[in-house]
Amino acid sequence: MSTDFSIIGKPTAMVDAAEKTTGAGKYTDDLSVPGMLVGKILHSPYPHGRIKSIDGSRAEKLDGVVAVVVGKDAPKTYGILPVGHDEYPLALDKARYVGDNVACVVATSEAIAEKALELINVEYEVLPAYFDPEESMKAQSNLIHDNKPNNIEKDYHHVFGDPEKGFAEAEAIAEARFIANEVTHAAMEPHSTLASFEIDPHTGKPGRLTVWSSTQVPYYLQHKLSLVLEMPMAQIRVIKPLVGGGFGGKSEVIPLEIIAAVAARKAQAPVKITYTREEVFWAHRGRPRTIVDLKTGVTKDGRITAVKARVVQDGGGYCSYGVVTILYSGALLGALYDIPNIQYDGYRVLTNKPACGAMRGHGTVNVRFAFESQLDELAGKVGMDPAEIRQRNLLQPPCITVNGLRVQSYGLPECIEKTVDRSGWKQRKGKLPKGRGLGIACSHYVSGAANSIIRSDMPHSTVNIKIDRDGGVVVYTGASEIGQGSDTMTAQIAAEVLGCTLSRVRVVAADTDLTPIDIGSYSSRVTFMAGNATLRAAEEVKKLIAAAAAKKMGCSSDALAFANDAVSIKAGPDGRERPSPHSLSSSSASVSGRVEGQILRGSLQQKRKDEGPKDSMTFEEAVVAAIDFHGALTGTGSYAPPIEARGGKHKGAGVGPSPAYSYSAQVAEVSVDEETGEVTVHKVWAAHDCGRALNPVSVEGQIIGSVWMGMGQALTEEMVWKDGMLMNPGLLEYRSPSSVESPEIEPIIVESVDPEGPFGAKECSEGSLAATIPAIANAIYDAVGVRLHEAPFTPERVLAALRAKRKAKSLNLTEGIDPTSPERFREHGGSLWYKGKGPHRHALDPSRQQSPSAPGGAD
Amino acid sequence: MKKELIELSVNGRSHEVAIEPSTLLLDVLRQNLQLTGSKRACDDSSCGACTVLIDGVAMMSCTLLAASCEGQEITTIEGVSEHGSLAAIQKAYGDWGGAQCGYCTPGFIMTVKSLLAENPDPTEDDIRNALSSNLCRCTGYNQMYEAIRSAIKAELAGIAATR
Repeated sequence: MSTDFSIIGKPTAMVDAAEKTTGAGKYTDDLSVPGMLVGKILHSPYPHGRIKSIDGSRAEKLDGVVAVVVGKDAPKTYGILPVGHDEYPLALDKARYVGDNVACVVATSEAIAEKALELINVEYEVLPAYFDPEESMKAQSNLIHDNKPNNIEKDYHHVFGDPEKGFAEAEAIAEARFIANEVTHAAMEPHSTLASFEIDPHTGKPGRLTVWSSTQVPYYLQHKLSLVLEMPMAQIRVIKPLVGGGFGGKSEVIPLEIIAAVAARKAQAPVKITYTREEVFWAHRGRPRTIVDLKTGVTKDGRITAVKARVVQDGGGYCSYGVVTILYSGALLGALYDIPNIQYDGYRVLTNKPACGAMRGHGTVNVRFAFESQLDELAGKVGMDPAEIRQRNLLQPPCITVNGLRVQSYGLPECIEKTVDRSGWKQRKGKLPKGRGLGIACSHYVSGAANSIIRSDMPHSTVNIKIDRDGGVVVYTGASEIGQGSDTMTAQIAAEVLGCTLSRVRVVAADTDLTPIDIGSYSSRVTFMAGNATLRAAEEVKKLIAAAAAKKMGCSSDALAFANDAVSIKAGPDGRERPSPHSLSSSSASVSGRVEGQILRGSLQQKRKDEGPKDSMTFEEAVVAAIDFHGALTGTGSYAPPIEARGGKHKGAGVGPSPAYSYSAQVAEVSVDEETGEVTVHKVWAAHDCGRALNPVSVEGQIIGSVWMGMGQALTEEMVWKDGMLMNPGLLEYRSPSSVESPEIEPIIVESVDPEGPFGAKECSEGSLAATIPAIANAIYDAVGVRLHEAPFTPERVLAALRAKRKAKSLNLTEGIDPTSPERFREHGGSLWYKGKGPHRHALDPSRQQSPSAPGGAD
Repeated sequence: MKKELIELSVNGRSHEVAIEPSTLLLDVLRQNLQLTGSKRACDDSSCGACTVLIDGVAMMSCTLLAASCEGQEITTIEGVSEHGSLAAIQKAYGDWGGAQCGYCTPGFIMTVKSLLAENPDPTEDDIRNALSSNLCRCTGYNQMYEAIRSAIKAELAGIAATR
């Protein structure tokens, strides 16, 4: 850990911690403005249907209803990707999933709005629907989007090196299908948007729009609003209040954000819409169910010779981030290990379910589950320890991978070493009691994408700093704090550069009127990119202060040190640091700035009395001098990724490249109950190379949080569908782990000090998630000798695998009922009652009376 | 439904509110009293983000009818800080990373208050079990345990200092 910084590297409470722990901080649903109305959305009950007519007249007549909004009120498409503008805020021609947004009622209360929803008459022409991606890919008619033949949103086919030759050289090959089921972010704060137009007093028409929204991407929201509402962006102000978690679920524009603005325009009044938890599940934009057919070859020394991956993603009804997701699945096969030959075939398929988007770790997670599991299998085949096989395949940075990714700082070797050491891997593996095992896996992630969604060379982050005579440092940053600590990171970097206390820094963030563009909190880009912009802005304003202080103290700018809230001449020739009479006794960051503020004010009044050359000035004196000499003290810093980091030129090469990658190595210790199939994770040791831990408390929190979320996906979380209907749209049914289901997680910070990161920092919030799933899978194998190929590893799946291992007779629930009934539960999207096939219904079951094709044979 | 007048005692203060009988306590707190610290995060009383203390006992305000709370002492997150400064548990949550996005934090703090009032020296398991009524998606709970231990130490030190 670093010791020569004052604020960087010290455990720091978040600058907004008090707002959160007192409940004083405002999230979007906590806000209200005078005259505010409530909006409620009507959703489609059908997975696929043409909208023939919508009649809202009965709803409009209900007392308290101000407006009924439909697709025709905003017939402009949008989407998060330039190639994916396939969504209307309210469906215009078709509904493409159960839960799709069809109409919106604006009323004086939630109760009235809900009642009014029932009075809206929508006539649908129900269309055949697609639920299984491999079936959907064969579609010839009733396409979900007419311009996407075979319901394929996008497909990519990449060959790097010579995979055929690589497999020929391999001395051990493994090939298997892996399935990772659908998961969602389930952030604790449901999506919420408050939209308010200023009404022009002369014309009575809506003028400037202000939108408060729970978003990770205020600038993208501003942009999409301007597209759909057909207003200039400068007439739209987007403000991000406190956000209660995102994880990618708020990293694109969610329908309700635009619906609220359209509703406010039609109702001529401010409108707030907050999703129910059920609606949050339907809004989704989570991680798609993914089928990975993976083949890997290694030499008998464990060196990987080739990898072939075919990935099919069940993308849901709209494009969303889909093109990026399917590209990440292939791209980040590289930059972790040294793989010389890669063949990748990726298919992003449309289905009639809520759209999938970006979720922590994005498209890399499900492929990493497959790869790390398969690598373990190959380790077994060549008789090598799983930790060692990973150490045999390390990259030698700085380098560019076969698929065009530039790698510089690479802490993976240290991560593997440390996690192996802390977990007692060498001493304990193979020696644990029956049913208990250890598993290891690695993963990595980008510190921001080197190529932004907006196709241009513009900076990805710009930060402004203003310092005035009050000595306060105000940082204006577009970076969106979503709980990951970006406001604190911003303040820490500014304070470290300027040598002032943290309490002096005030962060104004994510308000499109005040703060310059930052493209958003996704791809774990904020510390690296907005952090660098902050650093540059602080350096710029520091130069002005240094010049003025130098003038006052009769020395050169280079001779000055900024630390402890003072500007002093650096140590003399005897090397000893001259103690500044003005420095505060403690340089550690404080949660409450009250005490220090009083001391500062006292010393400020003192200092005005004595002028004249000296070897040190307080921060305020230097600031005052700088303003006297230069005028206003402002600084701007921007960051755009360097061209060398932006990757190759092949189709789809834009996704994957990053200025820096984080690395993770984890060991999981599990127990498997062979009677019940229940898996218990006892502990996970997670080493994460974050470049430099700017705030160790936050870094550890992010590592723990991502490992925990990976564990959720590994063991319990799964969206369960029946004929396009989500069966578990609630936090308990979705099985988000509570404290009693959550293991101890030991985070191990590794610092490789990236050459381009701010103070060497890289990301620490996404890179760890992907390794947890295979670490648990590999630990299950170590514990009970079964290799699980489908996540989550529910008791049912574990028992089925144990049975198969014992070659026990598999239970066939439909044996003897109907020979044409589905053999696998997942066929036809999981419905056992598809086309009337499936187990017997009771003779008196009403549905049996109605349906012409009775299940099973004759009564 | 016609509104009726009820009197609620919240954080030591008395409030007269006109509500429909079916109104939930959470909505009275958030909308009528502008005490937005208690949150709604689910539809089915499964997450604990709305946790308040009713006569010192942690309960979910989304499943309580406001009218049924007349005559009881309601404590919300807004009533936890003492004399304008952070209670030990609030400071500890901030210092130890117990709060990331902060949305679940008010609910957790009320649950912890209730736990420590009943059991001032809980074991690891006691804490884990007590916290199981609140869901968090950010922290994985680990740093919350550290925060709680630190708060207990601080409280004991504070009590010792006054002796």
